[in-house]
Amino acid sequence: MRHLLDTVNLSREDAIRILDVAETMGDVAGREVKKLPALRGRTVVNLFFEDSTRTRISFEAAAKRLSADVINFSAKGSSVSKGESLKDTAQTLQAMGADAVVIRHPASGAAQRLARTDWIDAAVVNAGDGTHAHPTQALLDALTLRRELAARDGVSPTGRGLDGARVVIVGDVVHSRVARSDVWLMHRLGARVTLVAPPTLLPVGVESWPCDVELDLDRALAAGPDAVMMLRVQAERMQSSFFPSVAEYSRRWGLDAPRLAVLPPQSIVMHPGPMNRGLEISAAAADSPRSRVLAQVANGVSVRMAVLYLVLSGANTPEGA
Amino acid sequence: MSASTLIRNARILGGDPQDLLITKGRIQEIGPGGTLSAPERATVVEAQGLVLLPGLVDPHTHLREPGREDAETVETGTRAAAKGGYTAVHAMANSLPVADTAGVVEQVWRLGRESGWVDVRPVGAVTVGLAGERLAELGAMAESRAGVRVFSDDGICVSDPVLMRRALEYVKAFDGVIAQHAQEPRLTEGAQMNEGVVSAELGLAGWPAVAEESIIARDVLLAQHVGSRLHVCHVSTAGSVEILRWAKARGVDVTAEVTPHHLLLTDELARDYDPVFKVNPPLRTAADVQALREAVADGTIDVIGTDHAPHPTEAKECEWAAAAMGMTGLETALPVVQHALVDTGLIQWEDVARIMSATPALIGRLPDQGRPIRAGEPAHLTLVDPAAKTVVNPESHATKGRNSPFRGLELPGRVMHVFYHGHPTVVDGELATPYEEASA
Repeated sequence: MRHLLDTVNLSREDAIRILDVAETMGDVAGREVKKLPALRGRTVVNLFFEDSTRTRISFEAAAKRLSADVINFSAKGSSVSKGESLKDTAQTLQAMGADAVVIRHPASGAAQRLARTDWIDAAVVNAGDGTHAHPTQALLDALTLRRELAARDGVSPTGRGLDGARVVIVGDVVHSRVARSDVWLMHRLGARVTLVAPPTLLPVGVESWPCDVELDLDRALAAGPDAVMMLRVQAERMQSSFFPSVAEYSRRWGLDAPRLAVLPPQSIVMHPGPMNRGLEISAAAADSPRSRVLAQVANGVSVRMAVLYLVLSGANTPEGA
Repeated sequence: MSASTLIRNARILGGDPQDLLITKGRIQEIGPGGTLSAPERATVVEAQGLVLLPGLVDPHTHLREPGREDAETVETGTRAAAKGGYTAVHAMANSLPVADTAGVVEQVWRLGRESGWVDVRPVGAVTVGLAGERLAELGAMAESRAGVRVFSDDGICVSDPVLMRRALEYVKAFDGVIAQHAQEPRLTEGAQMNEGVVSAELGLAGWPAVAEESIIARDVLLAQHVGSRLHVCHVSTAGSVEILRWAKARGVDVTAEVTPHHLLLTDELARDYDPVFKVNPPLRTAADVQALREAVADGTIDVIGTDHAPHPTEAKECEWAAAAMGMTGLETALPVVQHALVDTGLIQWEDVARIMSATPALIGRLPDQGRPIRAGEPAHLTLVDPAAKTVVNPESHATKGRNSPFRGLELPGRVMHVFYHGHPTVVDGELATPYEEASA
């Protein structure tokens, strides 16, 4: 795997391989010495054009556990407003010897630009680009769900997909890179995904996605999904008339206690974070035993270790994006 | 005035080979192939197999001067125009300063005269500073030496319905026309590409077809109501075509334009986020492309406008959202039209003459451009080799812009010779010399 840019172009085989390596990496977190020498001497640059402390420290922890040198480059606002182009920034990092660039950028396609142009040679890992893709988030979601399904069936998760699983993703789909990456990855791994959102927060063209679309959350939950993923909804969206008020959104599309209660016993609740308690998710749901929010965070480090390991060591495998 | 030129065996508008004698900037005589003899000191152009067209007229060019000479100048833009087979271009008003006064349009007009490659007809801004708030001095621009007849805020839509109505009415006083950039601004805030299947997947803010269609629908109704003529720039959707067809059937005095790129390229090209494909209006779907081609064939769309929009490299070497919108087009327009419309059998060469020369000249009220090819007419002529094939290489173009979306594409049709006032501005496919008398 040369780069990781999105999940649309990630094959089932490559995805399962990443998840399997992540399982192995996860074991390291349980040790007293949480470190492997795999990437000693390699340099990973976290190039963040957008604030995201959670994602950045997750990548940082992942790189450090693999003994890589980590450079954090917070370039928020510098690309356009301060005049330096993405190209120049990237080439500067290249000149400093970056082996992998983990990029977070407010513009959709920024990671793809870095990977597809001749600007740099380094491996590119997309840590979230605009409203396009967030592949490591989707992979950690898949890892979390796969473990759950395997535990339920009493088998090892290794080598498996998400075949037959039913996943409901609820919220601001149109602005969500997480939803886009989840839909394709989970579909490819064999899950059946249903998107639930107010019609204003679904993109025109969603009908071509490999998933079902449902406008009524209660109907989607009544089908007894294995996992419910609540997407973050920004209260500011109501200023642009995406929905009338936080209260109405919460009533119709929020995961509150009564809705939590109709879920089958084995259903889990996920959220990519940060949560808006009281908006898309109630405290009851966020803190319930069904919640896997912290497991997602822990799995995030494992998945990012796997991705960094694979892009920096397995140079000649097929490009997974 | 240059000596005579004898063009031998040219296929006028794709017809049988004929000879054509040019003297003193005009067509002196036309006769069957091989029948005319060259006068003394005449240049002879062997045009066997070449199609002779009236010099092309672009209703929609961005020459960038004054203000963005790093992107293009009148000199480089008109060189590109000549190389593309043009003998006249309309220079859009979104320069810096905006062409919203007699002074600026006269400056552009004068620069065009000095360059001598083609007629440069400045387009005047409809509103002061393209701000969409109040009318610019349209009459002063019309009466200036530039003789402006086409007014446009191109790049920005005259979205205020009252302002649009007034503009349509006002320009009747001097036989002007409003060329509308149809884009409802609220529906396209932050828009990056056509709204549809591809934008949904790429996570780029969508540019709905209805944003164009709703403005066209409003404007044709306004034009009918006040009895004015309207020109619609760069139509890009199948829905717009339907509205225009309806309006024309109702007798509305409306003309419509399509760009070469909208006749060939689709929004699928955005998938790699290469901003060379970022343009306003955006590339649409294959169904839209087909509808646009059919609309040219049935006359619903009247003219080809290049919307030639050169940008410096750095404006395109960046993330999609940060990139400038626009593509170069002067040097690829005729090949794309041949490829998309002529070679597909949708139109004939005489139609090419109509949509790329005669009708654009009529819309812009250019009396000596786009004329029929017959004795006594001004010798603005283009000879194209329809059998030649060329792989587009933007580095070889005369424009300063390297932002051609056709890079690497093999296209048919090569402009071999261009005559502007009878003077050869292009010889054997390469730029020759400008017409000197223009600036005298």
